[in-house]
Amino acid sequence: MKNNHPARVRIAKRIARELKAGQVVNLGVGIPTLIPDYLRPDQDVFLQSENGLLGMGPTPPAEEIDMDLISASKHPITFGKGAALFSSSDSFVMIRGGHVDVAVMGALQVSEKGEIANWAVPGEDILGVGGAMDLVAGAKKIIIATMHVNKDGQPKLVRELTYPTSGVRCAELVVTEKAVFAIENGTMVLKEIAEDTNLEEIRRLTEARFEVAADVMPMLV
Amino acid sequence: MISPSEMKKLKTPEQAVEMIQDGDSLLVGGFGLCGMPFTLIDAIAAQDRARNLTVISNNLGEPGKGLGKLLLTGHLKKAVGSYFTTNRDAVKAWKKGELEIELIPQGTLAEAIRAGGAGIAAFYIKTAVGTKLAEGKEERVFNGERYILVEAIRARVALIKAYKADTLGNLIYSKTARNFNPMMATAADLVIAEVDEIVETGTLDPEAIVTPHNYVDVVVLSRYHKVGGVYIEK
Repeated sequence: MKNNHPARVRIAKRIARELKAGQVVNLGVGIPTLIPDYLRPDQDVFLQSENGLLGMGPTPPAEEIDMDLISASKHPITFGKGAALFSSSDSFVMIRGGHVDVAVMGALQVSEKGEIANWAVPGEDILGVGGAMDLVAGAKKIIIATMHVNKDGQPKLVRELTYPTSGVRCAELVVTEKAVFAIENGTMVLKEIAEDTNLEEIRRLTEARFEVAADVMPMLV
Repeated sequence: MISPSEMKKLKTPEQAVEMIQDGDSLLVGGFGLCGMPFTLIDAIAAQDRARNLTVISNNLGEPGKGLGKLLLTGHLKKAVGSYFTTNRDAVKAWKKGELEIELIPQGTLAEAIRAGGAGIAAFYIKTAVGTKLAEGKEERVFNGERYILVEAIRARVALIKAYKADTLGNLIYSKTARNFNPMMATAADLVIAEVDEIVETGTLDPEAIVTPHNYVDVVVLSRYHKVGGVYIEK
């Protein structure tokens, strides 16, 4: 079941606006899986699924489910426009080789330089990595979709990662339910502020140091 | 129905599994349960001779399903893959010290198997540079970018799942059930393919064949079929 909490939906809607016609986009687990619901039919984004599909369509009605056709989250899907199938090694040629325009992924932490931690929690068993590190290493643009603070209310945008890093490559854009940040020349820059918050609250909930863009504006949704 | 006299590679699942030895390494196709050779796994679970298996597969199926079955029957010594968190039995077995786990990023795993089948001993890759999964690995810089050295993966046996075989052993796959199967078919000394259907040679479109017959040693017919889009035992 999808978690349609309004804060998560806001993040998904905002990132959907960021995707452009013709782009090849990989959507990670969690909030990114909500994004297809907010893509306009004319937006013509091609969704890549790392288990071997370019051109992922929506969830089928129950009578059309085929478990030979699933997403990377292992849910039944359909073929979208111009769908193409390939093996896992070819899929990661696409991902690691720089043929995916945008990867949208969740994060446990993001540093003020845009470094990403999204695969392991310190002190817990490390038994899964999936395609996270391949996407971090290879996607042309990385957009992070994350709640602004974790379940304990701790900032997820931090000065330095305390969780294990997913790679040396940094994110370009970070979207939370409260704000949009761009990483520009290694610096986090606040670009948009959601209507139900303000700069003071964002400063309080953000450990990472950031600059405020001269043209900072209300968050687009 | 094609008989074994017409098709030398055709065996029963039990005959095929007899070729697996105690302590063997197995490449097993599938992403979760999608594209996983259920019938061959059932045949392994039903025998007691070949145990202590090392399985190389993206994950270990689901609790009690697919490769998850072999965890419950205690046939596995080690699992090599990218994602084990979703099978709580795997996590439990690992915590009890009953299962070794080696974690590899999914794309690195796929490429290591591809290399293993392609006569490539090792390769430099940018995935996982600077992470815990790169610890102990040789690092080099090419064109200003950091890469780590990863060794190819081969196994003695590959268990793969395809949609159709012809009587020679050419294979085609179904949708995203292709996943790791084609590269695994190239990277083992003995390749056993489970298929839903066997057709006469010459009826598969040569443009559509993904795994040519010379990679395939043994073909078995699946004892599962799809009902409402889900595989169940016949």
